[in-house]
Amino acid sequence: MATSGTTLPNAGPATGSRSFLSRLRDGDEIARLITLVFAATVVLITLLLVYELWTNSALARAKFGLHFFVTQVWDPVIDQYGALPFMYGTLVTSALALLIAVPLGIGAAIFLAELAPPRISDTLQFFIDLLAAVPSVIYGLLGVFIIVPLMRTVIFPGLNKPLGFMPFFKGPSYGVGFLTAGIVLAIMVIPYIISVSREVLLSVPRDQREAALALGSTRWESTWKVVVPFAKTGILGSVFLALARALGETMAVTMVIGNTPTISASLFSPGDSIASVIANQFTEATGDLYLQSLVALGLVLFLMTFILNGLARILIVLTTQKGSGVPT
Amino acid sequence: MSARVKWRRFVSNFMLTLTGLCALVSVSVLFLILGYLVFNGGTSINWAFLTQLPKPVGEAGGGMANAIVGSAKLLLAASLFGVPIGFLGGIYLAEFSGSAVASVVRYSADLLNGVPSIVIGIFAYSMVVLPFRHFSTFAGAFALGLMMIPITLRSTEEFLNGVPRYLREGAMALGASKWKTIASVVVPAAYRGILTAILLALARVAGETAPLLFTAFGNRFWSQGWEQPTASLPVMIFTYAVSPYEDWHRQAWAAGLVLLGLILIINILARTILSRGIAVPRS
Amino acid sequence: MKRIAVLVVGVLALGAIVWAQNGLLINGAGATFPYPIYSKWFDEYHKKYANIQFNYQSVGSGAGIKQTTEGTVDFGATDGPMNDDQLKAFQDKRGSAILHFPTVLGAAVPTYNVPGVTGALNFTPEALAGIFLGKITKWNDPAITGANKGVDLPANDIVVVHRSDGSGTTYIWTDYLSKVSDEWKSKVSKNTSVNWPVGLGGKGNEGVTGLIKQTPNSIGYVELIYAAQNNIPYGAVKNSSGNFVKADLAGVSAAAAGAAKEMPDDFRVSITNAPGKTAYPISSFTWLLIPQKFQDAGKRDAVKGFLKWMLADGQNYAEGLSYAKLPKEVVEKEKKAINSIQ
Repeated sequence: MATSGTTLPNAGPATGSRSFLSRLRDGDEIARLITLVFAATVVLITLLLVYELWTNSALARAKFGLHFFVTQVWDPVIDQYGALPFMYGTLVTSALALLIAVPLGIGAAIFLAELAPPRISDTLQFFIDLLAAVPSVIYGLLGVFIIVPLMRTVIFPGLNKPLGFMPFFKGPSYGVGFLTAGIVLAIMVIPYIISVSREVLLSVPRDQREAALALGSTRWESTWKVVVPFAKTGILGSVFLALARALGETMAVTMVIGNTPTISASLFSPGDSIASVIANQFTEATGDLYLQSLVALGLVLFLMTFILNGLARILIVLTTQKGSGVPT
Repeated sequence: MSARVKWRRFVSNFMLTLTGLCALVSVSVLFLILGYLVFNGGTSINWAFLTQLPKPVGEAGGGMANAIVGSAKLLLAASLFGVPIGFLGGIYLAEFSGSAVASVVRYSADLLNGVPSIVIGIFAYSMVVLPFRHFSTFAGAFALGLMMIPITLRSTEEFLNGVPRYLREGAMALGASKWKTIASVVVPAAYRGILTAILLALARVAGETAPLLFTAFGNRFWSQGWEQPTASLPVMIFTYAVSPYEDWHRQAWAAGLVLLGLILIINILARTILSRGIAVPRS
Repeated sequence: MKRIAVLVVGVLALGAIVWAQNGLLINGAGATFPYPIYSKWFDEYHKKYANIQFNYQSVGSGAGIKQTTEGTVDFGATDGPMNDDQLKAFQDKRGSAILHFPTVLGAAVPTYNVPGVTGALNFTPEALAGIFLGKITKWNDPAITGANKGVDLPANDIVVVHRSDGSGTTYIWTDYLSKVSDEWKSKVSKNTSVNWPVGLGGKGNEGVTGLIKQTPNSIGYVELIYAAQNNIPYGAVKNSSGNFVKADLAGVSAAAAGAAKEMPDDFRVSITNAPGKTAYPISSFTWLLIPQKFQDAGKRDAVKGFLKWMLADGQNYAEGLSYAKLPKEVVEKEKKAINSIQ
């Protein structure tokens, strides 16, 4: 039953369809069919994509099964492939990115939502939206020429000398590595955290804040202890969105991560991520098992982002509903 | 005022200043990026860069004219592929469909939107490059177009739904059929938002590199037609940035400036169009 | 409505203009090892024949072999010859044989970035194997200092750099290491893409050179021209006769001398660790991969024409870019082989 507003005002008992013939005569049925075809194409393409990923990784899935997730070896010479180093790299760099971006992002969102006057808030949000538009390869460019040398000359000595005894900060440092990739990713996902968090914070009803202030809390206390917890599901959603973006990032990561399938506790160690290894090795994977293992990696990545995006969406919807007074 | 209250006030001011700092840091990153690009790339953008083809490896000079044109061709073809599907699909969702079908389509679009671009590259490689047995502009445009579909679809639906009922009812009352109403009244009313969405989608795919690696591949010469591999700005930036040649680094910065400039201009344009408001007079 | 129609017509017209084909484009992909000279050749050839363009993408030998087998490019290039399985795969997929044509001779050199060291270090095979196996970890290890008396080597950790993509240069390097180190042969073996015990990955010869330039205490392997063009020092390697030889045209040609006389018909041969007092031990031919049967007569003739030019005028560009010319016997043999392309 058509639910949109384009219905005849006096169509009879129920809203909706006129007779088929009348629709056909007016060309509406054709219009409906044409647009239906295009809408269906979207669904078809998506299904096809998932299908292709599944079938083109069949060899690898059959040979390695679930062991794929826990095997560390990636050796084209003996045709032995495991996803573990790449999953590790993907997760570690994304975790580092969040560790840096979440405090910064939420802080900025609080400022924009609670403190800044509306015009400044909007202007700053405008710039942050522009930051979200900067493509990955440009971040990669900056990563290679600015952050990598910075890592080698400033950040590594700065962290290694005092904290080198901890496994996370052991050297040596090459400039490229997990931390470098993490920093670059952090810069890339901050805009997502800021925009979504700002929106959910703005959607928290005024009376919450006012109640807290009326009870004598400072502005910070009302923000941190009342408003933010109210919006925390949505903020968490923004974090998941940011995470989903970070997981799939290819170019910026591959230019600064070191491209070695290594698992190491040290943040300065080079490593590799799923997206990065696919970008490097896809066009040259001679041998079906090799290629299909790479596609299997792509499938793994797809599943990871799929789950995260779904969770994020649910969380954001839950918060905005809460904010608008819809009972949960 | 007790000491405790003084402390709480202090903490409050401190933390709030900190959040201001966070915002400042976040925004200044944008200007830092622009600054670096302008500083390093600005001097390298000269007439040669914009009009010449790349020179053989190791020889200084040359330009990226083929990459600039290649990117333009890719974006044009991607729009021709992705925008109609998203636009017409969005019309279906907003105007014709029932809620069950709509949810399925919307969910698929969201799914497609979340697919990492490298995986889209894999898909395009197996769908277009392998069957036709060559890398091509067409394959690259297919990959980029796929990425434009979800944004276009969702935004079209959203903005069409935002058109007030009375506009449609007015047209109906005058005897217009449904599709005529949509074509001459509803869509024009929503065109600003839809155009914005298309521009934003364009800006997003303009910078994509990963899907082009296995589809458009690369070309040191002019790419003719749509069936040949083509150079593109993002891929050139990547290739040149990881190389050891100083001259290529210089060109990478310049290309980065051109690319980012283009993307920012499209973004600002899109947002300005949108902020002028959806031009529906209230009466 | 009218505006939309105008727009559509405009777009189609634009498409038509852009569609206008003029000239022949032949796509190739593969090794980064010979990229400097290939790009020079294709540029010069295009100047000679303006309607023929050879578009060569330097993506690594592995990708060259793969994409040629898939048929997405017209020809490939590799410094690691295709093995029998790969030859068969090509035959099965494309229905014809694939031919190897040597183009130039090159050298893979150990290049490094050690603070304070500007000259050429001497490397023994044991030292190189040890470094790349991850067993020799410091620059002042006796295995290295022993061959470099008088050079002040620091006690810094060695940063190994290797290829992250499928590479013929890797093939040459691992082929050599497999010959001189049993441990390497059993642990890692030779291939275009191996499971490296240690090190960072760079994409292409370009990427490795770039990393070495930027990373102090690093060592890697690249084609001679990349080290030379970027002014980074590279070392001498001890050959099978016991002499330390720094890669140059004479050393590479000496390494090829024996193979030139006994070149197999399919041109697939390894000349690493070749005998000879002056031979440079990590030398190699590099090959173009040309399908034996072409569907398109125009492309076939263009390719054959290029190959003939390459064997004659093309060879004159080699030395200027630090590649050695092909031995005369090999050139003659190739000229005959060109005729078998249909």
